[in-house]
Amino acid sequence: MRAFEYVVADSAASARALAREVEGARFYAGGTTLVDLMKADVERPKRVVDISRLALAAIELRGDAVRIGTLARNSDVAYDASVARAFPAVSEALLSGASGQIRNAATVGGNLLQRTRCSYFRETRWRCNKREPGSGCDALDGFNRGHAVLGTSDACIATYPGDLAVALTALSADIVVDGDGGERTLPIGDLYVLPGDAPQRETSLAPGELITAVELRATPLHARSHYLKIRDRASYEFALASVACAVEMDDGGRIAQARIALGGVATVPWRARDAEETLAGAAPGDAAFRRAAEAALAGARPREHNAYKVELAKRAVVRALRTVCGGAA
Amino acid sequence: MRTTDRPAGPASVPLTLRLNGREATFVVEPAVTLLDLLRERAGLTGTKKGCDRGQCGACTVLVNGRRTLSCLALALPHAGDEITTIEGLANGDELHPVQAAFVEHDAFQCGFCTSGQIMSAVAVVDEGRARTEAEIAEAMSGNLCRCGAYPNIVAAIAAVQEGR
Repeated sequence: MRAFEYVVADSAASARALAREVEGARFYAGGTTLVDLMKADVERPKRVVDISRLALAAIELRGDAVRIGTLARNSDVAYDASVARAFPAVSEALLSGASGQIRNAATVGGNLLQRTRCSYFRETRWRCNKREPGSGCDALDGFNRGHAVLGTSDACIATYPGDLAVALTALSADIVVDGDGGERTLPIGDLYVLPGDAPQRETSLAPGELITAVELRATPLHARSHYLKIRDRASYEFALASVACAVEMDDGGRIAQARIALGGVATVPWRARDAEETLAGAAPGDAAFRRAAEAALAGARPREHNAYKVELAKRAVVRALRTVCGGAA
Repeated sequence: MRTTDRPAGPASVPLTLRLNGREATFVVEPAVTLLDLLRERAGLTGTKKGCDRGQCGACTVLVNGRRTLSCLALALPHAGDEITTIEGLANGDELHPVQAAFVEHDAFQCGFCTSGQIMSAVAVVDEGRARTEAEIAEAMSGNLCRCGAYPNIVAAIAAVQEGR
């Protein structure tokens, strides 16, 4: 690990000021992604700003909304009774990620910003446009079994690795950000940026901006939600494909509205709006679920080793919808 | 080979925390991990460095009673925290119940992963959420064992829980 300066913030404002003083400074909360990538020499911050003691870890009920502080630990959010009841997909997504030890350290804000597991990004001997802009991408024609089929570009096919953000995308969470102009709130769909020709830019956050909270509104749709994760082993592994979905049924037993987001197959947490539209007003059943799955993957652009993900993700959509609609008819 | 454990330099920072119930003070560079602090500075080599990248669980310790990976944590942010390592479990010559159960159930072969397995198991029992064998296996999935002692590890944990 390269040497760096360590400073401790005593407020969100001081954290932002300390981060802006040094280009490429990094916030430290749980450390689980940052320390790993610093050891790999992928992250090389000159300054690390410790925000882990800031009072931003509360999980608060506010009427029909829940506000989750950015420093809430993944395990605390996953086992929070109100989160598990009102947003099952969020709890399930968190518990499907990493291990008990890592969930105890990882925080919500850090988890949202965790970086790709692309092996060409994580190993500095390879070319990577995300790590070194303009250097090229060795994943395009490399071993790309784990890479994205949606939202890719000629510069980058790295998969967004997280689970929580996929669930939050399906449930239309808002992200609260502290910046120069004070606090601002943006839909989670506006947080992540497609790689395009600048894959080094992964979010719309400005340098020194700090995520302070995640907000979710509890509705019947949110309560009927589910997260399904498909991976190479039963536990402690990243997704090959994952699906977060939510449905609200009408009085006649049809689907009034649905939300679907995909993980493990896209460069950002992937909201499948076309698939959602096919389900509005549909009778729940495999015919409708398969139609939605086809729509969700219609734009897929597989590479040599990841074409299997297209059918895998479709079947995951069908299975997740079966689960969330079960007992509906 | 790089090392994170350089002699104290100008960027070094004083750090006071509690190790197995005793207050301890060090002067460390920012790049020192909690794992290297325990092994190289505090002499607590029971905590093992396996992958050093958060993939194997051999470095598991308790931070304020909660299991975590000491290799993925910097030492300095843990000022004031209570760290419990494998050396802090036994009461004199009397083994912690989880240690005794690992012996009783032959829950190890080479032993390299064992201190991490035991620290994680202590926390799993304390968390109280894993009841079936499948739930115990899932709760312990962050601790790899290349000898494949998993069935006996699960049996040892189940025995401790049943004895409660």
